[in-house]
Amino acid sequence: MASSFELVCPAGGLPALKTAVDHGADCVYTGFRDETNARNFTGLNFDDKSLKEGIAYAHQRGVKVLIALNTFPQSGNWPQWTAAVDKAAAFGVDAIILADAGLMEYAHRTHPQLRLHLSVQGSATNYEAINFYRERFNIQRAVLPRVLSMAQVEHVVKNTPVEIEVFGFGGLCVMVEGRCALSGYATGMSPNSYGACSPGKVVRYEETPTGMETRLNGILVDRFAKDERAGYPTLCKGRFEVDDATYYAIEEPASLNTLELLPDLLRIGIRAIKIEGRQRSPAYVGQVTKVWRAAMDAVKRDPDHFTIHPVWMTELNKISEGQSATLGAYNRPWK
Amino acid sequence: MSLPFKLPQQLPDFTLPAPLAKLGDRLPQLPPTLALVTGLNLGLGRLIPREPLEPLIGKRFLIRVTDAGMSMRFAYGARGFRPVFDSAPPDLTISARARDFIALLAREEDPDTLFFNRRLLMQGDTDLGLLVKNTLDGVDLPRFDPSRLTLSELLHRLRARLATSPGAV
Ligand code: SF4
Repeated sequence: MASSFELVCPAGGLPALKTAVDHGADCVYTGFRDETNARNFTGLNFDDKSLKEGIAYAHQRGVKVLIALNTFPQSGNWPQWTAAVDKAAAFGVDAIILADAGLMEYAHRTHPQLRLHLSVQGSATNYEAINFYRERFNIQRAVLPRVLSMAQVEHVVKNTPVEIEVFGFGGLCVMVEGRCALSGYATGMSPNSYGACSPGKVVRYEETPTGMETRLNGILVDRFAKDERAGYPTLCKGRFEVDDATYYAIEEPASLNTLELLPDLLRIGIRAIKIEGRQRSPAYVGQVTKVWRAAMDAVKRDPDHFTIHPVWMTELNKISEGQSATLGAYNRPWK
Repeated sequence: MSLPFKLPQQLPDFTLPAPLAKLGDRLPQLPPTLALVTGLNLGLGRLIPREPLEPLIGKRFLIRVTDAGMSMRFAYGARGFRPVFDSAPPDLTISARARDFIALLAREEDPDTLFFNRRLLMQGDTDLGLLVKNTLDGVDLPRFDPSRLTLSELLHRLRARLATSPGAV
């Protein structure tokens, strides 16, 4: 059993990185300002200057910095991704988070000292896949897709020497990370190669007499009645007309929150808990990091008597997408 | 029992009284708009980098402070922000209550949180909004340390500031 796990927090910019560090993150994950990572939103992410400063700030305080290079290069733009790997290595990041096997091969061959993490976008849900990446490219950690039940997560941990990281909190993808074609179908830009699901240039919000409408490339994704909580304009969480009924035809927008699973996650040997949200502001990063730091410290101190403080839940619910919080796939008691 | 962490001293939730919105509507909108663009221009090139804002050149914005009945129309150009006087449709409209605009500026609230709660609405070119939001989020403001807020410190800062001010904005 591992006696410790790390808190891995998102940073879309330097102030968010500093906020995460100041509020108790063990690792901060970031990305370059281009399509080499899966949060390629206009104006977000790090240029060289801010990354350099961010790494120095984190390292002075004993916090690690990870860079996500977790989109899939195509044959025409391959050099852009290898250059990003080289740049991350030169900057002295603590690890890079990769999804593409070709890029893993490149990174392993060119920078054998650089720590490699397998991104959730790599969609490896079983230990055979994870051990394969370990054997071929010496990956040190794998981030599990949010599709496994607790029993399945434990089964993976037991059968691999690779450190396992899971998502603890934040927005949910429809759960086929790295394979979703929904947004690409509507916009012509796939999140897996372009780096953004529902990019801003194709999103429109409009207040109408019947409610606020959100559209993706002209497609009506949802209409929110007055005072109804809104969600991101992602196709997977839209309400559509199917056989005369209008409802969430694919997935109800809900936010993952696994605070109550913390003792189990520690017990089964999870090595890191990831917080989603590089697209969010420093205010969000500060709020989530503070709560998760407090909760993880409490669990480590006394896993048998861990209780969730109501203030933690109130704080987290306030900042979540959707109507409700869910344990996601972790909670399948029949498994 | 003490809380496991200190709660932030947050801005209380308030809405300006309804008559104000009606009154504000009838007041000239130029003074607040001027104050806003002057503030923005002061930050330009110092706190707010110019380069990422280039896509905003030639774009028109409308900020609606709903509970104050205030509509501020301005545009961005090569020389910075300036008020606009016609009512041509803006490229981006951002609407929220006064309290939420202040909380956003103070970095107490996350815009997505306000959006989920229907307290912030962005209409028009969403990408421009993302650019503005992410550029402002990327501004590394100096840490506010109240213990350093002595009179001599303030004077020192003011002097330093005046010394570096360009002649015209
Ligand atoms: S459409 Fe939904 S499932 Fe697909 S990438 Fe976007 S958020 Fe994920």
